[in-house]
Amino acid sequence: MIAESGHYALVLALGLALIQSIVPLIGARLRDVALMNVARSAALAQLLFVGASFTALVMLHVNSDFSVANVYENSHSMKPLIYKITGVWGNHEGSMLLWVSILALFGGLVAAFGNNLPLSLRAHVLAVQAWIASAFYLFILVTSNPFLRIANPPIEGRDLNPVLQDIGLAVHPPMLYLGYVGFSISFSFAIAALIEGRIDAAWARWVRPWTLVAWIFLTLGIAMGSYWAYYELGWGGWWFWDPVENASLMPWLAGTALLHSALVMEKRNALKVWTLLLSILTFSLSLLGTFLVRSGVITSVHAFATDPTRGVFILLILCLFIGGSLSLFAGRATALKQGGLFAPISREGALVLNNLLLTVACAVVLFGTLYPLAMEVLADFKMSVGAPFYNLTFVPLFTLLLLAVPFGPLLAWKRGDLLGVTQRLLAAGVAGLVVIAIVWAWTRGGSALAPLAIGLGVFVIAGAATDLAERTGLFRLPVATTLHRARGLPRSAWGAVFAHAGLGVALIGIVCETTWNSEYIATMKQNDVAHVAGYDLKLDGLFSRQGPNYREMIAEFNVSRDGETLSVMTPSKRSFTTRGSSTTEAALLTRGASQLYVSLGDATAEGAIAVRIYHKPLVLLIWWGPVLMAFGGVLSLSDRRLRVGAPKPARAKQRLQPAE
Amino acid sequence: MTRKQRRMTIIGGSLAVLALAAALVLNALRDSIVFFSTPTMVAEKHVEPGKRFRLGGLVQPGSLQRGDNLAVTFEVADGGAKLPVTYKGILPDLFREGQGVVAEGSLDAHGVFKADTVLAKHDETYMPKDVADALKKQGHWKDDYGAKPAATTAQGNPQGAVR
Repeated sequence: MIAESGHYALVLALGLALIQSIVPLIGARLRDVALMNVARSAALAQLLFVGASFTALVMLHVNSDFSVANVYENSHSMKPLIYKITGVWGNHEGSMLLWVSILALFGGLVAAFGNNLPLSLRAHVLAVQAWIASAFYLFILVTSNPFLRIANPPIEGRDLNPVLQDIGLAVHPPMLYLGYVGFSISFSFAIAALIEGRIDAAWARWVRPWTLVAWIFLTLGIAMGSYWAYYELGWGGWWFWDPVENASLMPWLAGTALLHSALVMEKRNALKVWTLLLSILTFSLSLLGTFLVRSGVITSVHAFATDPTRGVFILLILCLFIGGSLSLFAGRATALKQGGLFAPISREGALVLNNLLLTVACAVVLFGTLYPLAMEVLADFKMSVGAPFYNLTFVPLFTLLLLAVPFGPLLAWKRGDLLGVTQRLLAAGVAGLVVIAIVWAWTRGGSALAPLAIGLGVFVIAGAATDLAERTGLFRLPVATTLHRARGLPRSAWGAVFAHAGLGVALIGIVCETTWNSEYIATMKQNDVAHVAGYDLKLDGLFSRQGPNYREMIAEFNVSRDGETLSVMTPSKRSFTTRGSSTTEAALLTRGASQLYVSLGDATAEGAIAVRIYHKPLVLLIWWGPVLMAFGGVLSLSDRRLRVGAPKPARAKQRLQPAE
Repeated sequence: MTRKQRRMTIIGGSLAVLALAAALVLNALRDSIVFFSTPTMVAEKHVEPGKRFRLGGLVQPGSLQRGDNLAVTFEVADGGAKLPVTYKGILPDLFREGQGVVAEGSLDAHGVFKADTVLAKHDETYMPKDVADALKKQGHWKDDYGAKPAATTAQGNPQGAVR
């Protein structure tokens, strides 16, 4: 019954989405308030029904109802409860259901909190949102129904892929989808603006918080996924440049550009057309990512050709939405009025540069992702584009961007003084140079570029601090005034400082990890000691243990440094009986921002075991950086100016708005 | 500056960045691309020693030998030809005889493939011999990147084995 109800709820949601796609548009044309308001109730009802459908699938998984194909294929009665729940989106059908649920959630949020939007804008936005939703409901119902029953229900399920039986699966996909799908809102706003033929600074003020929410989740989602890959795969890699990762990086790059261009539009009423285009492109890249991941085209073009229903369906959705929105853009964008003027050297100019570098970097990633596919289809040979390609293309572009980051916030709007800004950044530059000199003198070996890159990271962080110091008058004014000013600074200014500093922090982590990572691989017997980066790891012994749905072999290491025992590390190797496969559970020991990483290989007949030990200096900075960026995003979101549905401050006119 | 001059500055800047990116991409395409070959393709085309490529195929059952200090040798076959592979290090969890594997490295002077990276294909479901043969005949090979634990790469449906 639950499966049928879930299926039925999904069909009803499709019906509601179809109503929501059409009726509000008619209402907007006829200027009929009642018809336009249909959008609001339909969006909320749609959220309710998709929510019910999703809950039904979760219940089926929790109850281990193996008469449902999706549960049979991805669950096991002995699986811990948390993985029964997360296993819902650990497979194609369930993850698509999560995708549409989040889409409906965002639609519902606009409906619920969009009371300060002009009625026709809200009607249009929700209608566009419903177009996307209808397409994906159809996709699920036609090609990937998660509620299909099996005629002769098996007694036991086939269990979830062991690699996915991890807390990472609980957090990473929902976060990523909240980011991916969140960009649908700015897309819908852009299409609505094109349909209405009207766009102004207020539009940017409405779009920015939604974009910011999506961006925060995407940032955290990507960082979380990277950390998950790092500890779960057992060899300490945290970014592979594989198409699945690129699929999430591209919307992030475009979304970051969108956040910045929306700022120009909001403050200066300029770059309108470009902001619209970016909104469309960002969500198009999210759709492209969904296509790449969901159609199986990455695994092989041939596989795509052998089982084409899903792939072709998503490709159609992709062409329809990207093609449709870009044609609409081409047809209507010229009708939009161009806004404020600015000199090339100005805050706007800096933000244009930011957008330019981000979008070009995004284009490079897109090229690297699609080129092998194109070559396979057109020339019929296979190749891979990996880290070396991106190191030669993406890295130089991003270096330019990072060099420019500290200048942007210090430049004035309209017309900036580059020389003055350079003088103010002198301290930050000197800090960077000093760090370069120290790192150079202190370390031996490794790339000569590493100290330079670390210096750049320090420059970015110090640049963000300079921005803060300039605004609060630190060192120039009395402490009390500085504090008062710091309190008075808009939260969005604080947000920018943290987000920019986060970039520098992540860069330092990346450089330290890749340059001074030490690795030790050997076969170890009991009481053998491995020496890695000043740590001594003694293998105390091997034990085996029975888990809920696996058996595991645990190796116990006693970790000491200079004769002083620090901790015990217990990496393990789990073998899952149902699938006959095994996973490596690495053990991590965190020391400051650095980590010691131990993972196991195969045991030999003589009772020895292959061991892989890494010391990864400052590796945690790689993820603290994005967390800092997301924190900056949250601060910025809490800015009164951007708060969704917040009433306008009564005395806004009288208070001097600090420039930012 | 007039409006036109400003616009030209921005357009000029954009073109400069695009040209830079194009130059970087073309430069990178020259030597950072790794091609994918099966043992048959290696046998047919003469691949010079030292040139990096990715070798894909099935691990020949019975060919895996472990030496001292984590050295391993095995053979990769694709129905048409076989190629001996040497590797030093820990093999991935999903590496198994009779299953698909992709290794990256280059040929040495004796025609042995020296791998520095071994990626096991992601599906852990046993691939029946006839299916594998059919795939091999039609060249339906997946040069999957290692096992990336994202929900997005989640497989495990019966089609997973055939795809």
